[in-house]
Amino acid sequence: MPFIPHTEEEVRDMLAAIGVDSIENLFDEIPAELRCGQLDTLPAALSEMEVAGLMAQRAKQDGQPACFIGAGAYDHHIPAAVWEIATRGEFYSAYTPYQAEASQGTLQLLYEYQSMMTALTGMDVSNASLYDGASALAEAVLMAVRANRKSKSRKVLIPRNLHPSYRKVTQAIVNNQGIELVELPFDKEGGHTNPATLEAYAGQDIAALVIPQPNFFGVLEEVDALTDWAHANGALAIAVVNPLALALLAPPGEWGEKGADICCGEGQPLGAPLSSGGPYFGFMCCSQALVRQMPGRIVGRTRDLDGKEGYTLTLQAREQHIRRSKATSNICTNQGLMVTAATIHMALLGSEGLERVAAACHQNTQQLVSQLSAIEGVEPLFNRPMFHEQALRLPAATDKLLASLADQGLLGGYDLAGEYPELGDSLLVCATEKRSQQEMDDYAKALKKLLS
Amino acid sequence: MSDIPNNLKYCKTHEWISDPVDGIVTIGITDHAQEQLGDLVFVELPEAGTTISAEGECAVVESVKAASDIYSPLSGEVVESNELLADAPETINSDPYGEGWIFKLRLNNESELDSLLDADSYGEAVAAEEH
Repeated sequence: MPFIPHTEEEVRDMLAAIGVDSIENLFDEIPAELRCGQLDTLPAALSEMEVAGLMAQRAKQDGQPACFIGAGAYDHHIPAAVWEIATRGEFYSAYTPYQAEASQGTLQLLYEYQSMMTALTGMDVSNASLYDGASALAEAVLMAVRANRKSKSRKVLIPRNLHPSYRKVTQAIVNNQGIELVELPFDKEGGHTNPATLEAYAGQDIAALVIPQPNFFGVLEEVDALTDWAHANGALAIAVVNPLALALLAPPGEWGEKGADICCGEGQPLGAPLSSGGPYFGFMCCSQALVRQMPGRIVGRTRDLDGKEGYTLTLQAREQHIRRSKATSNICTNQGLMVTAATIHMALLGSEGLERVAAACHQNTQQLVSQLSAIEGVEPLFNRPMFHEQALRLPAATDKLLASLADQGLLGGYDLAGEYPELGDSLLVCATEKRSQQEMDDYAKALKKLLS
Repeated sequence: MSDIPNNLKYCKTHEWISDPVDGIVTIGITDHAQEQLGDLVFVELPEAGTTISAEGECAVVESVKAASDIYSPLSGEVVESNELLADAPETINSDPYGEGWIFKLRLNNESELDSLLDADSYGEAVAAEEH
Protein backbone atom coordinates (compact mmCIF):
# COMPACT_ATOMS: atom_id res chain seq x y z
CA MET A 1 0.00 0.00 0.00
CA PRO A 2 1.34 3.44 -0.84
CA PHE A 3 1.94 5.67 2.20
CA ILE A 4 0.73 8.85 0.52
CA PRO A 5 -1.89 10.56 2.64
CA HIS A 6 -3.54 12.76 0.00
CA THR A 7 -6.98 11.86 -1.30
CA GLU A 8 -7.77 12.19 -5.00
CA GLU A 9 -9.90 15.18 -4.18
CA GLU A 10 -7.02 16.93 -2.38
CA VAL A 11 -4.72 16.28 -5.30
CA ARG A 12 -7.32 17.74 -7.71
CA ASP A 13 -7.67 20.84 -5.47
CA MET A 14 -3.92 21.36 -5.34
CA LEU A 15 -3.55 21.01 -9.10
CA ALA A 16 -6.47 23.42 -9.65
CA ALA A 17 -4.87 25.95 -7.29
CA ILE A 18 -1.73 26.12 -9.42
CA GLY A 19 -3.58 25.78 -12.73
CA VAL A 20 -2.23 22.43 -13.88
CA ASP A 21 -4.40 19.63 -15.29
CA SER A 22 -2.53 16.57 -14.11
CA ILE A 23 0.49 15.51 -12.10
CA GLU A 24 2.04 14.31 -15.33
CA ASN A 25 2.02 17.91 -16.61
CA LEU A 26 4.30 18.95 -13.74
CA PHE A 27 7.09 17.00 -15.47
CA ASP A 28 6.59 18.68 -18.85
CA GLU A 29 9.85 20.58 -18.72
CA ILE A 30 11.91 17.38 -18.63
CA PRO A 31 12.66 16.47 -22.27
CA ALA A 32 10.83 13.30 -23.33
CA GLU A 33 14.04 11.46 -24.26
CA LEU A 34 15.31 11.81 -20.70
CA ARG A 35 12.20 10.26 -19.17
CA CYS A 36 12.33 6.57 -18.43
CA GLY A 37 8.78 6.07 -19.66
CA GLN A 38 7.01 2.89 -18.63
CA LEU A 39 9.07 0.62 -16.40
CA ASP A 40 8.38 -2.44 -18.53
CA THR A 41 10.98 -4.68 -16.93
CA LEU A 42 9.56 -4.27 -13.44
CA PRO A 43 7.48 -7.26 -12.40
CA ALA A 44 3.96 -6.70 -11.11
CA ALA A 45 3.61 -5.47 -7.53
CA LEU A 46 3.41 -8.04 -4.72
CA SER A 47 1.27 -7.77 -1.64
CA GLU A 48 2.88 -7.12 1.72
CA MET A 49 2.26 -10.75 2.70
CA GLU A 50 3.93 -12.01 -0.48
CA VAL A 51 6.94 -9.72 0.00
CA ALA A 52 7.39 -10.83 3.62
CA GLY A 53 7.31 -14.48 2.50
CA LEU A 54 9.81 -13.89 -0.29
CA MET A 55 12.21 -12.04 2.00
CA ALA A 56 12.03 -14.72 4.70
CA GLN A 57 12.88 -17.29 2.04
CA ARG A 58 15.85 -15.27 0.80
CA ALA A 59 17.12 -14.61 4.33
CA LYS A 60 17.15 -18.37 4.83
CA GLN A 61 19.50 -18.73 1.84
CA ASP A 62 22.03 -16.57 3.69
CA GLY A 63 22.37 -19.25 6.34
CA GLN A 64 24.63 -18.59 9.32
CA PRO A 65 28.07 -18.66 7.71
CA ALA A 66 31.29 -17.74 9.53
CA CYS A 67 32.49 -14.60 7.73
CA PHE A 68 36.20 -14.25 7.00
CA ILE A 69 35.62 -11.54 4.38
CA GLY A 70 36.70 -7.98 5.12
CA ALA A 71 37.64 -5.85 2.11
CA GLY A 72 35.97 -2.68 3.34
CA ALA A 73 33.00 -3.96 5.38
CA TYR A 74 33.55 -5.84 8.62
CA ASP A 75 31.57 -8.32 10.69
CA HIS A 76 31.81 -6.81 14.18
CA HIS A 77 29.78 -7.42 17.30
CA ILE A 78 27.24 -4.67 17.88
CA PRO A 79 26.00 -4.44 21.48
CA ALA A 80 22.22 -4.97 21.61
CA ALA A 81 21.77 -1.58 23.26
CA VAL A 82 23.06 0.26 20.18
CA TRP A 83 20.11 -0.28 17.88
CA GLU A 84 17.64 -0.52 20.76
CA ILE A 85 18.48 3.12 21.55
CA ALA A 86 19.06 4.29 17.97
CA THR A 87 15.59 3.13 16.90
CA ARG A 88 13.75 4.94 19.69
CA GLY A 89 11.21 7.36 18.25
CA GLU A 90 13.23 10.36 19.42
CA PHE A 91 16.23 9.34 17.30
CA TYR A 92 14.66 7.29 14.53
CA SER A 93 15.19 9.62 11.60
CA ALA A 94 17.89 10.20 9.03
CA TYR A 95 16.59 13.68 8.37
CA THR A 96 18.84 16.73 8.71
CA PRO A 97 17.93 18.70 11.87
CA TYR A 98 17.59 22.11 10.22
CA GLN A 99 15.15 23.30 12.86
CA ALA A 100 17.34 23.78 15.89
CA GLU A 101 14.34 24.57 18.10
CA ALA A 102 12.86 21.14 17.42
CA SER A 103 16.04 19.06 17.25
CA GLN A 104 18.23 19.70 20.28
CA GLY A 105 18.63 16.01 21.10
CA THR A 106 19.71 15.02 17.59
CA LEU A 107 21.97 18.05 17.31
CA GLN A 108 23.66 17.28 20.61
CA LEU A 109 24.19 13.70 19.52
CA LEU A 110 25.81 14.86 16.26
CA TYR A 111 27.98 17.26 18.25
CA GLU A 112 29.10 14.37 20.47
CA TYR A 113 29.76 12.29 17.34
CA GLN A 114 31.96 15.04 15.90
CA SER A 115 33.84 15.30 19.21
CA MET A 116 34.45 11.53 19.25
CA MET A 117 35.66 11.53 15.65
CA THR A 118 38.11 14.38 16.24
CA ALA A 119 39.40 12.54 19.33
CA LEU A 120 39.82 9.34 17.32
CA THR A 121 41.48 10.96 14.30
CA GLY A 122 43.46 13.66 16.08
CA MET A 123 42.03 16.24 13.64
CA ASP A 124 40.62 19.67 14.54
CA VAL A 125 37.14 19.39 13.02
CA SER A 126 34.66 16.71 11.96
CA ASN A 127 31.53 17.12 9.89
CA ALA A 128 28.27 15.38 10.73
CA SER A 129 29.06 12.55 8.23
CA LEU A 130 28.78 11.87 4.51
CA TYR A 131 27.19 9.20 2.37
CA ASP A 132 29.78 6.41 2.59
CA GLY A 133 33.53 5.85 2.67
CA ALA A 134 34.04 5.89 -1.09
CA SER A 135 32.12 9.11 -1.75
CA ALA A 136 33.77 10.67 1.32
CA LEU A 137 37.10 10.15 -0.45
CA ALA A 138 35.72 11.72 -3.63
CA GLU A 139 34.62 14.72 -1.53
CA ALA A 140 38.04 14.85 0.11
CA VAL A 141 39.72 14.95 -3.31
CA LEU A 142 37.42 17.76 -4.50
CA MET A 143 38.03 19.60 -1.24
CA ALA A 144 41.81 19.25 -1.51
CA VAL A 145 41.82 20.60 -5.06
CA ARG A 146 39.69 23.58 -3.93
CA ALA A 147 41.78 24.23 -0.85
CA ASN A 148 45.24 23.85 -2.36
CA ARG A 149 45.25 27.18 -4.13
CA LYS A 150 49.00 27.11 -4.79
CA SER A 151 48.52 24.06 -6.99
CA LYS A 152 47.12 24.56 -10.49
CA SER A 153 47.50 21.02 -11.84
CA ARG A 154 44.30 19.44 -10.39
CA LYS A 155 46.39 16.27 -10.17
CA VAL A 156 45.98 13.87 -7.25
CA LEU A 157 48.14 10.81 -6.48
CA ILE A 158 46.08 7.78 -5.51
CA PRO A 159 47.67 4.43 -4.64
CA ARG A 160 46.68 1.21 -6.39
CA ASN A 161 46.52 -0.50 -2.99
CA LEU A 162 43.57 1.71 -2.00
CA HIS A 163 40.14 0.02 -2.01
CA PRO A 164 39.21 -0.57 -5.72
CA SER A 165 35.63 0.65 -5.19
CA TYR A 166 36.89 3.87 -3.62
CA ARG A 167 39.10 4.46 -6.65
CA LYS A 168 36.19 3.82 -9.04
CA VAL A 169 33.72 6.01 -7.18
CA THR A 170 36.24 8.82 -6.84
CA GLN A 171 37.10 8.59 -10.53
CA ALA A 172 33.40 8.71 -11.46
CA ILE A 173 32.76 11.79 -9.33
CA VAL A 174 35.87 13.89 -10.04
CA ASN A 175 36.51 12.89 -13.64
CA ASN A 176 34.15 15.44 -15.17
CA GLN A 177 35.54 18.19 -12.99
CA GLY A 178 38.91 18.18 -14.73
CA ILE A 179 40.71 16.37 -11.91
CA GLU A 180 43.32 13.79 -12.84
CA LEU A 181 43.89 10.79 -10.56
CA VAL A 182 47.38 9.37 -10.98
CA GLU A 183 47.78 5.77 -9.82
CA LEU A 184 50.75 4.90 -7.59
CA PRO A 185 52.11 1.33 -7.81
CA PHE A 186 52.51 -0.77 -4.67
CA ASP A 187 55.63 -2.52 -3.46
CA LYS A 188 55.69 -6.17 -4.59
CA GLU A 189 57.14 -7.44 -1.32
CA GLY A 190 55.58 -5.10 1.22
CA GLY A 191 52.22 -4.39 -0.43
CA HIS A 192 52.64 -0.79 0.70
CA THR A 193 53.41 2.42 -1.16
CA ASN A 194 57.16 2.68 -0.93
CA PRO A 195 57.94 6.36 -0.28
CA ALA A 196 60.82 6.02 -2.76
CA THR A 197 58.33 5.58 -5.64
CA LEU A 198 57.06 9.09 -4.95
CA GLU A 199 60.38 10.57 -5.99
CA ALA A 200 59.21 10.25 -9.60
CA TYR A 201 56.73 13.04 -8.79
CA ALA A 202 59.03 15.28 -6.73
CA GLY A 203 59.00 18.88 -7.86
CA GLN A 204 55.85 18.36 -9.95
CA ASP A 205 52.67 20.27 -9.23
CA ILE A 206 50.56 17.79 -7.23
CA ALA A 207 47.41 18.95 -5.42
CA ALA A 208 47.12 16.05 -2.99
CA LEU A 209 48.36 12.58 -2.03
CA VAL A 210 45.90 9.94 -0.81
CA ILE A 211 47.25 7.77 2.04
CA PRO A 212 45.26 4.70 3.16
CA GLN A 213 45.88 3.25 6.65
CA PRO A 214 45.65 0.33 6.57
CA ASN A 215 45.55 -0.12 2.79
CA PHE A 216 43.19 -2.52 0.95
CA PHE A 217 45.56 -5.46 1.63
CA GLY A 218 45.40 -4.72 5.36
CA VAL A 219 49.04 -3.58 5.21
CA LEU A 220 50.21 -0.63 7.29
CA GLU A 221 51.73 2.25 5.35
CA GLU A 222 54.69 4.43 6.25
CA VAL A 223 52.30 7.27 6.94
CA ASP A 224 54.82 9.69 8.45
CA ALA A 225 57.12 9.58 5.44
CA LEU A 226 54.20 9.83 2.99
CA THR A 227 52.63 12.79 4.80
CA ASP A 228 55.93 14.63 5.00
CA TRP A 229 56.58 13.97 1.31
CA ALA A 230 53.21 15.50 0.43
CA HIS A 231 53.87 18.63 2.45
CA ALA A 232 57.43 19.00 1.18
CA ASN A 233 56.05 18.91 -2.36
CA GLY A 234 53.21 21.40 -1.91
CA ALA A 235 50.51 18.69 -1.82
CA LEU A 236 47.84 18.14 0.80
CA ALA A 237 47.77 14.79 2.61
CA ILE A 238 44.42 12.95 2.53
CA ALA A 239 44.18 10.08 5.03
CA VAL A 240 41.74 7.22 4.32
CA VAL A 241 41.47 5.24 7.53
CA ASN A 242 39.58 2.44 9.22
CA PRO A 243 38.26 4.21 12.34
CA LEU A 244 38.62 1.05 14.43
CA ALA A 245 42.31 0.76 13.53
CA LEU A 246 42.83 4.23 15.02
CA ALA A 247 42.18 2.78 18.47
CA LEU A 248 45.66 1.26 18.09
CA LEU A 249 47.46 3.33 15.46
CA ALA A 250 48.76 6.91 15.39
CA PRO A 251 45.89 9.24 14.46
CA PRO A 252 46.17 11.08 11.10
CA GLY A 253 46.39 14.41 12.94
CA GLU A 254 49.79 13.25 14.20
CA TRP A 255 51.21 11.82 10.97
CA GLY A 256 54.60 13.27 10.05
CA GLU A 257 55.66 16.75 11.04
CA LYS A 258 52.36 18.52 10.42
CA GLY A 259 49.70 15.82 10.39
CA ALA A 260 47.29 14.94 7.56
CA ASP A 261 45.16 17.79 6.21
CA ILE A 262 41.99 15.81 5.54
CA CYS A 263 40.95 12.47 7.00
CA CYS A 264 38.04 10.38 5.73
CA GLY A 265 36.80 6.82 5.67
CA GLU A 266 34.01 4.33 6.12
CA GLY A 267 32.13 4.38 9.41
CA GLN A 268 30.59 0.91 9.09
CA PRO A 269 32.91 -0.74 11.66
CA LEU A 270 31.36 1.54 14.29
CA GLY A 271 27.99 -0.09 14.88
CA ALA A 272 26.54 -0.64 11.40
CA PRO A 273 25.64 -4.25 10.48
CA LEU A 274 26.98 -5.69 7.19
CA SER A 275 23.42 -5.73 5.86
CA SER A 276 24.23 -6.63 2.22
CA GLY A 277 26.31 -3.49 1.76
CA GLY A 278 24.44 -0.67 3.39
CA PRO A 279 23.35 1.76 4.55
CA TYR A 280 26.73 2.71 5.96
CA PHE A 281 28.17 6.19 6.49
CA GLY A 282 31.24 8.15 5.50
CA PHE A 283 33.15 10.37 7.87
CA MET A 284 35.36 13.36 7.21
CA CYS A 285 37.61 15.41 9.45
CA CYS A 286 40.09 18.16 8.61
CA SER A 287 42.45 20.75 10.02
CA GLN A 288 41.06 24.06 11.24
CA ALA A 289 42.68 25.85 8.29
CA LEU A 290 40.51 23.94 5.79
CA VAL A 291 37.20 24.00 7.64
CA ARG A 292 35.50 26.39 5.21
CA GLN A 293 36.24 24.08 2.32
CA MET A 294 34.79 21.06 4.10
CA PRO A 295 31.52 19.78 2.60
CA GLY A 296 28.61 18.68 4.69
CA ARG A 297 27.13 19.83 7.92
CA ILE A 298 28.78 20.82 11.17
CA VAL A 299 26.94 21.12 14.45
CA GLY A 300 28.19 23.77 16.85
CA ARG A 301 27.61 24.34 20.55
CA THR A 302 26.53 27.81 21.59
CA ARG A 303 24.49 29.76 24.16
CA ASP A 304 21.04 31.14 23.55
CA LEU A 305 19.70 34.57 24.58
CA ASP A 306 19.02 33.30 28.10
CA GLY A 307 22.56 31.97 28.42
CA LYS A 308 21.46 28.34 28.13
CA GLU A 309 23.63 25.87 26.26
CA GLY A 310 22.27 24.88 22.87
CA TYR A 311 23.26 23.22 19.60
CA THR A 312 22.76 24.32 16.02
CA LEU A 313 24.04 23.75 12.50
CA THR A 314 26.89 26.14 11.81
CA LEU A 315 29.16 27.24 8.94
CA GLN A 316 26.30 26.78 6.50
CA ALA A 317 27.13 29.74 4.29
CA ARG A 318 28.70 27.51 1.63
CA GLU A 319 26.02 24.85 1.60
CA GLN A 320 23.74 24.10 -1.31
CA HIS A 321 20.62 25.78 0.04
CA ILE A 322 22.54 29.08 0.07
CA ARG A 323 25.24 28.73 -2.61
CA ARG A 324 23.34 26.53 -5.06
CA SER A 325 25.70 25.31 -7.79
CA LYS A 326 28.66 26.99 -6.08
CA ALA A 327 28.22 25.05 -2.86
CA THR A 328 31.20 23.12 -1.49
CA SER A 329 29.20 20.00 -2.26
CA ASN A 330 25.83 19.08 -3.64
CA ILE A 331 25.86 15.56 -2.29
CA CYS A 332 26.57 16.33 1.35
CA THR A 333 23.99 13.95 2.76
CA ASN A 334 24.48 13.20 6.41
CA GLN A 335 23.70 9.62 7.31
CA GLY A 336 21.97 10.65 10.51
CA LEU A 337 20.64 7.32 11.64
CA MET A 338 23.88 5.39 11.06
CA VAL A 339 25.77 8.12 12.89
CA THR A 340 23.33 7.88 15.78
CA ALA A 341 24.18 4.19 16.06
CA ALA A 342 27.91 4.88 15.72
CA THR A 343 27.81 7.49 18.48
CA ILE A 344 26.00 5.14 20.84
CA HIS A 345 28.37 2.33 19.83
CA MET A 346 31.46 4.42 20.59
CA ALA A 347 29.95 5.72 23.83
CA LEU A 348 29.21 2.17 25.01
CA LEU A 349 32.63 0.78 24.11
CA GLY A 350 34.66 3.81 25.15
CA SER A 351 38.27 4.20 24.08
CA GLU A 352 39.28 1.13 26.05
CA GLY A 353 36.58 -1.02 24.48
CA LEU A 354 37.48 0.09 20.95
CA GLU A 355 41.11 -0.68 21.68
CA ARG A 356 40.24 -4.17 22.91
CA VAL A 357 38.10 -4.87 19.83
CA ALA A 358 40.87 -3.64 17.52
CA ALA A 359 43.48 -5.71 19.34
CA ALA A 360 41.26 -8.83 19.25
CA CYS A 361 40.79 -8.42 15.46
CA HIS A 362 44.54 -8.04 14.96
CA GLN A 363 45.24 -11.08 17.08
CA ASN A 364 42.55 -13.26 15.48
CA THR A 365 43.76 -12.46 11.98
CA GLN A 366 47.34 -13.28 12.98
CA GLN A 367 46.14 -16.57 14.42
CA LEU A 368 44.11 -17.37 11.29
CA VAL A 369 47.00 -16.51 8.99
CA SER A 370 49.41 -18.69 10.92
CA GLN A 371 46.98 -21.63 10.76
CA LEU A 372 46.27 -21.17 7.05
CA SER A 373 49.95 -20.62 6.22
CA ALA A 374 50.75 -23.99 7.77
CA ILE A 375 48.96 -25.53 4.77
CA GLU A 376 51.24 -26.51 1.89
CA GLY A 377 51.29 -23.79 -0.80
CA VAL A 378 49.51 -21.12 1.27
CA GLU A 379 51.61 -18.14 2.36
CA PRO A 380 51.28 -14.42 3.06
CA LEU A 381 51.74 -12.29 -0.08
CA PHE A 382 53.29 -9.34 1.73
CA ASN A 383 55.82 -9.11 4.51
CA ARG A 384 54.84 -5.80 6.15
CA PRO A 385 52.84 -5.45 9.39
CA MET A 386 49.06 -5.58 9.01
CA PHE A 387 46.01 -4.53 11.00
CA HIS A 388 43.23 -7.13 10.69
CA GLU A 389 43.48 -8.37 7.12
CA GLN A 390 46.07 -10.28 5.18
CA ALA A 391 46.54 -11.22 1.54
CA LEU A 392 47.47 -14.87 1.00
CA ARG A 393 48.90 -16.67 -2.02
CA LEU A 394 47.01 -19.87 -2.85
CA PRO A 395 48.14 -22.94 -4.82
CA ALA A 396 44.80 -23.31 -6.66
CA ALA A 397 42.07 -21.21 -8.27
CA THR A 398 40.59 -18.94 -5.58
CA ASP A 399 37.03 -18.76 -6.90
CA LYS A 400 36.57 -22.55 -6.86
CA LEU A 401 38.03 -22.83 -3.36
CA LEU A 402 35.71 -20.08 -2.09
CA ALA A 403 32.67 -21.79 -3.61
CA SER A 404 33.57 -25.08 -1.92
CA LEU A 405 34.16 -23.34 1.42
CA ALA A 406 30.82 -21.54 1.11
CA ASP A 407 29.13 -24.93 0.76
CA GLN A 408 30.53 -25.72 4.20
CA GLY A 409 29.24 -22.49 5.78
CA LEU A 410 32.54 -20.63 5.49
CA LEU A 411 32.88 -17.30 3.72
CA GLY A 412 36.58 -17.70 3.11
CA GLY A 413 37.61 -14.22 2.06
CA TYR A 414 37.83 -11.82 -0.85
CA ASP A 415 39.20 -13.09 -4.17
CA LEU A 416 41.86 -10.57 -5.20
CA ALA A 417 42.24 -11.88 -8.77
CA GLY A 418 39.39 -9.79 -10.18
CA GLU A 419 40.82 -6.41 -9.22
CA TYR A 420 44.48 -7.41 -9.00
CA PRO A 421 45.17 -9.98 -11.75
CA GLU A 422 48.90 -9.37 -11.25
CA LEU A 423 48.67 -11.12 -7.86
CA GLY A 424 47.55 -14.45 -9.35
CA ASP A 425 45.59 -16.88 -7.17
CA SER A 426 45.24 -14.88 -3.99
CA LEU A 427 42.82 -14.26 -1.20
CA LEU A 428 42.26 -11.45 1.29
CA VAL A 429 41.22 -12.80 4.70
CA CYS A 430 39.97 -11.10 7.84
CA ALA A 431 39.11 -12.50 11.28
CA THR A 432 37.31 -9.98 13.46
CA GLU A 433 36.76 -10.32 17.20
CA LYS A 434 33.64 -12.38 16.38
CA ARG A 435 35.54 -15.33 14.90
CA SER A 436 36.05 -18.10 17.42
CA GLN A 437 39.00 -20.46 17.61
CA GLN A 438 36.60 -23.22 16.60
CA GLU A 439 35.62 -21.36 13.40
CA MET A 440 39.26 -20.74 12.54
CA ASP A 441 40.05 -24.42 13.12
CA ASP A 442 37.12 -25.37 10.88
CA TYR A 443 38.38 -23.02 8.17
CA ALA A 444 41.95 -24.32 8.29
CA LYS A 445 40.74 -27.91 8.27
CA ALA A 446 38.38 -27.33 5.34
CA LEU A 447 41.00 -25.50 3.28
CA LYS A 448 43.62 -28.16 3.97
CA LYS A 449 41.24 -30.86 2.81
CA LEU A 450 40.35 -28.95 -0.36
CA LEU A 451 44.00 -28.46 -1.23
CA SER A 452 45.18 -31.99 -0.48
CA MET B 1 22.21 55.96 3.23
CA SER B 2 25.59 54.33 2.91
CA ASP B 3 28.90 56.09 2.44
CA ILE B 4 30.06 56.50 -1.20
CA PRO B 5 33.32 58.49 -1.38
CA ASN B 6 33.75 60.73 -4.41
CA ASN B 7 37.39 59.87 -5.06
CA LEU B 8 36.66 56.25 -6.02
CA LYS B 9 35.15 54.41 -8.99
CA TYR B 10 32.50 51.70 -8.63
CA CYS B 11 30.76 48.89 -10.38
CA LYS B 12 27.22 47.57 -10.10
CA THR B 13 28.35 44.41 -8.34
CA HIS B 14 29.39 46.66 -5.39
CA GLU B 15 33.16 46.75 -5.70
CA TRP B 16 35.12 50.00 -5.42
CA ILE B 17 38.27 50.80 -7.37
CA SER B 18 40.90 53.41 -6.51
CA ASP B 19 42.57 55.62 -9.10
CA PRO B 20 45.56 53.83 -10.63
CA VAL B 21 49.06 54.51 -9.31
CA ASP B 22 51.74 53.19 -11.70
CA GLY B 23 49.05 51.06 -13.36
CA ILE B 24 47.98 49.46 -10.06
CA VAL B 25 44.52 49.87 -8.49
CA THR B 26 43.22 48.88 -5.08
CA ILE B 27 39.89 47.04 -4.96
CA GLY B 28 37.43 46.42 -2.14
CA ILE B 29 33.70 46.19 -1.52
CA THR B 30 31.48 49.16 -0.79
CA ASP B 31 29.92 50.25 2.46
CA HIS B 32 26.54 49.29 0.99
CA ALA B 33 27.83 45.78 0.20
CA GLN B 34 29.22 45.18 3.68
CA GLU B 35 25.94 46.43 5.19
CA GLN B 36 23.95 43.98 3.06
CA LEU B 37 26.25 41.06 3.90
CA GLY B 38 26.28 41.67 7.64
CA ASP B 39 29.11 40.61 9.95
CA LEU B 40 31.90 39.13 7.87
CA VAL B 41 33.55 36.04 9.30
CA PHE B 42 35.89 34.94 6.53
CA VAL B 43 37.51 36.24 3.37
CA GLU B 44 39.06 34.01 0.73
CA LEU B 45 41.75 36.18 -0.83
CA PRO B 46 43.13 35.90 -4.35
CA GLU B 47 46.72 34.64 -4.57
CA ALA B 48 49.33 37.18 -5.65
CA GLY B 49 50.39 36.39 -9.22
CA THR B 50 46.96 35.19 -10.30
CA THR B 51 45.75 36.68 -13.56
CA ILE B 52 42.08 37.49 -13.67
CA SER B 53 39.71 38.64 -16.33
CA ALA B 54 37.14 41.38 -15.99
CA GLU B 55 33.96 40.12 -14.32
CA GLY B 56 35.75 36.93 -13.23
CA GLU B 57 35.31 35.63 -9.70
CA CYS B 58 38.40 36.43 -7.69
CA ALA B 59 37.54 36.31 -3.99
CA VAL B 60 34.82 35.13 -1.63
CA VAL B 61 33.50 37.04 1.35
CA GLU B 62 31.57 35.03 3.88
CA SER B 63 29.21 36.42 6.48
CA VAL B 64 27.13 34.50 8.98
CA LYS B 65 24.35 34.57 6.38
CA ALA B 66 26.01 33.75 3.09
CA ALA B 67 29.19 33.35 1.10
CA SER B 68 29.35 35.78 -1.83
CA ASP B 69 31.70 36.02 -4.77
CA ILE B 70 33.69 39.15 -5.43
CA TYR B 71 33.95 39.84 -9.13
CA SER B 72 36.96 41.62 -10.48
CA PRO B 73 35.73 44.75 -12.24
CA LEU B 74 38.89 44.83 -14.36
CA SER B 75 41.39 42.45 -15.91
CA GLY B 76 44.98 42.17 -14.78
CA GLU B 77 47.35 40.45 -12.39
CA VAL B 78 46.88 40.37 -8.63
CA VAL B 79 49.99 41.93 -7.07
CA GLU B 80 48.97 41.81 -3.43
CA SER B 81 46.04 40.81 -1.27
CA ASN B 82 45.20 42.17 2.18
CA GLU B 83 46.58 39.56 4.57
CA LEU B 84 45.12 41.48 7.52
CA LEU B 85 41.70 40.15 6.46
CA ALA B 86 42.73 36.55 7.07
CA ASP B 87 42.67 37.16 10.82
CA ALA B 88 40.35 40.16 10.93
CA PRO B 89 37.69 39.89 8.19
CA GLU B 90 35.47 42.26 10.21
CA THR B 91 37.80 45.06 9.11
CA ILE B 92 35.71 45.17 5.93
CA ASN B 93 32.66 46.01 8.05
CA SER B 94 34.41 48.72 10.06
CA ASP B 95 36.52 50.33 7.33
CA PRO B 96 35.45 49.13 3.87
CA TYR B 97 37.28 51.90 1.97
CA GLY B 98 40.47 51.94 4.09
CA GLU B 99 42.00 49.07 6.06
CA GLY B 100 39.36 46.75 4.60
CA TRP B 101 40.72 46.81 1.02
CA ILE B 102 40.82 43.34 -0.53
CA PHE B 103 43.44 43.20 -3.29
CA LYS B 104 45.65 45.23 -5.60
CA LEU B 105 45.54 44.65 -9.34
CA ARG B 106 48.04 45.58 -12.04
CA LEU B 107 45.80 46.55 -14.94
CA ASN B 108 46.11 45.02 -18.38
CA ASN B 109 44.29 47.88 -19.95
CA GLU B 110 43.67 51.21 -18.25
CA SER B 111 40.89 52.05 -20.69
CA GLU B 112 38.73 49.50 -18.87
CA LEU B 113 38.49 52.13 -16.11
CA ASP B 114 36.20 54.17 -18.39
CA SER B 115 33.43 51.65 -18.04
CA LEU B 116 33.23 52.11 -14.25
CA LEU B 117 30.65 54.21 -12.44
CA ASP B 118 31.41 57.41 -10.55
CA ALA B 119 30.08 58.00 -7.03
CA ASP B 120 26.86 59.65 -8.21
CA SER B 121 25.98 56.93 -10.71
CA TYR B 122 26.74 54.20 -8.21
CA GLY B 123 24.60 56.02 -5.62
CA GLU B 124 21.73 56.00 -8.11
CA ALA B 125 22.26 52.30 -8.82
CA VAL B 126 22.10 51.52 -5.10
CA ALA B 127 18.99 53.67 -4.68
CA ALA B 128 17.33 51.90 -7.62
CA GLU B 129 18.19 48.51 -6.13
CA GLU B 130 16.56 49.48 -2.86
CA HIS B 131 13.26 50.33 -4.55
